[in-house]
Amino acid sequence: MRKLKFSALALISFIGFTSCSSDDEATFINEEEVITTITATFTPIAGGETVVLTSRDLDGDGPDAPVLTVLGDFVVGTTYTGGVTFLNETESPAENITEEVYEEGDEHQIFYQTGGVGTVTYTDQDINNNPIGLSFTFVANQTATTGNFTVTLRHEPNKDGEGVAEGDITNAGGSTDATATFEVAVVE
Amino acid sequence: MKFYYLLLVLLLSVSWSTQAQYTLSGTVQTPKSTPLSGAHIHSNALHSISAPDGYYEVHNIPKGEQRVVISYIGYKTLDTVINFRDNVVLDVTLKPHAEQLQEVVLTENNVVSQNTVQEDRLKTETIEKYSSASLGDALKELPGVYALKTGTNIVKPVINGLHSSRVPVISNNVRLEDQQWGIEHAPNLDINSAGRISVIKGANALQYGGDAVGGLILVKPMEVLKDSLFGKSILSLNSNGRGGNLATSLHKGNEKGWAWNAGGSFKYMGDREAPDYVISNTGNREANFSGETRYIGDDYNISGFYSFYSAEIGIAKATHIGNTADLVNAINNQQPSVIEPFTHTIDNPKQQIQHHLAKLDYNKKLGNDASLNLQYAFQLNRRKEFDLRRGDYKDVPALDLTLITHSAQANWKKYLGDVTLKSGVSFSLQENDASPDTGVSPLIPKYTKTDAGAYGIASYRFSDKLTGEAGVRYDFTNISASKYYKKTRWTSLGYDGVYDNFITGEKGSQWLTNPEFTYHNISASLGIRYGITNNTELVGNAGLAMRNPNPSELFSDGLHHSNGTIELGDLGLDKETAIKVSATLLHKGKNFSLEATPFLNSIANFIYLQPTATEVTIRGSFPVYNYKQANALLTGFDFSTKWQPVNGLQHNLTFSYVHGTNTDTDEPLIDMPPLNINNAVRYTWANWHNLFLELRSEAVFTQNRYPNYNFYTDVPQGNELVSTLVNVSIPPKGYHLLNFSSGMHFDFGKTGTDINLSVYNIFNTSYRDYLNRQRLYADNAGRNIQLQIKFTY
Repeated sequence: MRKLKFSALALISFIGFTSCSSDDEATFINEEEVITTITATFTPIAGGETVVLTSRDLDGDGPDAPVLTVLGDFVVGTTYTGGVTFLNETESPAENITEEVYEEGDEHQIFYQTGGVGTVTYTDQDINNNPIGLSFTFVANQTATTGNFTVTLRHEPNKDGEGVAEGDITNAGGSTDATATFEVAVVE
Repeated sequence: MKFYYLLLVLLLSVSWSTQAQYTLSGTVQTPKSTPLSGAHIHSNALHSISAPDGYYEVHNIPKGEQRVVISYIGYKTLDTVINFRDNVVLDVTLKPHAEQLQEVVLTENNVVSQNTVQEDRLKTETIEKYSSASLGDALKELPGVYALKTGTNIVKPVINGLHSSRVPVISNNVRLEDQQWGIEHAPNLDINSAGRISVIKGANALQYGGDAVGGLILVKPMEVLKDSLFGKSILSLNSNGRGGNLATSLHKGNEKGWAWNAGGSFKYMGDREAPDYVISNTGNREANFSGETRYIGDDYNISGFYSFYSAEIGIAKATHIGNTADLVNAINNQQPSVIEPFTHTIDNPKQQIQHHLAKLDYNKKLGNDASLNLQYAFQLNRRKEFDLRRGDYKDVPALDLTLITHSAQANWKKYLGDVTLKSGVSFSLQENDASPDTGVSPLIPKYTKTDAGAYGIASYRFSDKLTGEAGVRYDFTNISASKYYKKTRWTSLGYDGVYDNFITGEKGSQWLTNPEFTYHNISASLGIRYGITNNTELVGNAGLAMRNPNPSELFSDGLHHSNGTIELGDLGLDKETAIKVSATLLHKGKNFSLEATPFLNSIANFIYLQPTATEVTIRGSFPVYNYKQANALLTGFDFSTKWQPVNGLQHNLTFSYVHGTNTDTDEPLIDMPPLNINNAVRYTWANWHNLFLELRSEAVFTQNRYPNYNFYTDVPQGNELVSTLVNVSIPPKGYHLLNFSSGMHFDFGKTGTDINLSVYNIFNTSYRDYLNRQRLYADNAGRNIQLQIKFTY
């Protein structure tokens, strides 16, 4: 009798477990963390044409490469107020990730490699008085040239590394959350 | 005069004995009424041995009070005084002896069997030595078994070059379902719950499944068969990681009635340290429990078993990278990018894992020569992997999987003279759920998998020297998944027009798909065991195994942050079919034992990851690894010896080599363990608290056979982007480590204490291991001094 009860119990529990399988369909996941769009905007202090660099990768980690656009050319010797924003455009309306980067400024830094087209100076600070890089000043080269301008957002960089606070990425470490390289020109 | 004196004595003694000569007779049995054959019965100089039915007689016992001692190894000795005035019948029941039992149950020797499947078993001492480490670390002591690691804490056994889905772990007769496909997923079980760990290097144990392309690992809890209560506690303290492990267990054995086991362990370790730096965020915690209660009847027993494994494992921060430029920096720096002061705190990235296993089983003897086993097991595996994330997602896992597996099986065994028949059926249902709360498309989708299998194995004893075995198994598998694919990915994988029937809906830029696959597999085994001489045997095995592609191989679709690769599964993968042939020469002499196993494993449709392209995303560029299939051939040789040149001194050698080739491209296979040779010399003073001193050398050679998957990527240097070689392929240099261990045993009445002191990596050698996923970023952990105290009671 004991055995019978036991096997009946086992059978019932087994059937019970197998029959209560839930909804079999995957849930759609909106990847809210994804950065799809980097926009760097350069506004001449003394007025003039604004330069806008945009990298947009709407499929995130998918196979499509980002689409790069460069609006406008830099003018020799001009000083620009620079700012960079990060968006997630898979959502509607687009989510502004720039605010998160700013709030966690001590864990993020944006690096600019100007490729010889000018110089970047950070104008913002995190809670430890280290630069974040969301806003900066850009001074275009004194002579006409072309070059590759790279914007890189690093998560958890070593801001105490040699040259890192001055914007040198070489010793920064950390992991790259977003990066884009633009072909830009400095014209007379 | 002397002669007369002698004669007098002789006469006296004869007359005395004729006057008062009694016989003591009776039976010796166990509490379960099983006759004990070979028990010693003695009274002064007179003695006898019990017959197979337990009966004994001792003659010529003189009149008066005589001491009678009845003893049997493993049982409490009966020591009594009987006043002989007549023949005495003494039927005795000997109770199992708790202390002796310990030796009997935990015996280290392989039981010589008729089995044609060669099982390599770990010694209890080895299991205990790794009490604060893991199953994979302990198994590495066996020839032909290597360890695939991620850092120090995640250790997967590699058998003859194969691992993960190709090496199922059978825990207490239940196939462990713990997301074992993943290289960073170590077997979710506590080594302290194991009483017996062995390895079968092939697919020849068909009762456990037909897909063990690499081999099987069998883990069984400690079983105390006899009527006794036995307890054990082990405290291990480690210098490297500045923590330790406490494991304790109690076992109540019984021949009839209730028997139970209960054990738990707790582990707490901080950051591991390489010789030159702290490997930050490599601490781990574990809290485990296992318990079993069994009722033993006359010809049946019923048991309920439950085990719980819970672990939190830190992943070295330096291994988290954003893109290939970060990877190059990590590789070329030769030092981890994150080195922080030592801490016990575990930060992200980390893994949190829980595994529950509950089992009911029923064994019944069917007459004298047959038995039936019924078993149901439930497994719940929860795996959370935390990554370095931004904002609100900081404390949200990036991967959150719940895997539920129900499995039921029935096994039947019958002995018919020289023939043994084994047969059984199994059924399992598995559901994987990937939590959408992660905000990340899951690497492994939601799926339901159904398996059903049946096997039959017959073995025949041709003679005392020759046994043969043949088996066949059939398995049915159906897997049905539900997954969103980015439309761009679906197209780039070439699925358009091929798998349109899987698409069930769309949402924005993604397809909702329902891929479903059914497999019918046949596996088979052949084995012989031939006794060449009394102590030399030859075991030959041939096995056919089929393994279905696992969910990772089919569905992977995304970025792996720990190695900076995009891994892509392939819905078009076919099952792997392996034929493994091996021969083992076994010699067990008095002073010298040897085991030599050459093998050959030919695998059709071997599934592997290969880089095929570079993809640019907004994070930067990544190499894309696709799951591919090719024919592979693995050949190799495992060798071990044990030599005792003089009493107390022992030398052990293990040697393992595997040669893996992709025969389609004629390239070496990736991640093949390099040649490794271990030597150990031990001296034991049996008379002085069993003091032993052991020196062990581990030599791992450089792996010169590897596929070259190196590539170039643009790396920001100062103000420029520089095209730089990414060396992910070239294996690190070989290394040599020396380990020392020593120990002593003390008896205090019924309790015993063992104190062991070990030093791993005595010279604090800096090294990296080819099969450690952390090798691109950091050295292996350095010297560790371990103090272990064991109490038995």
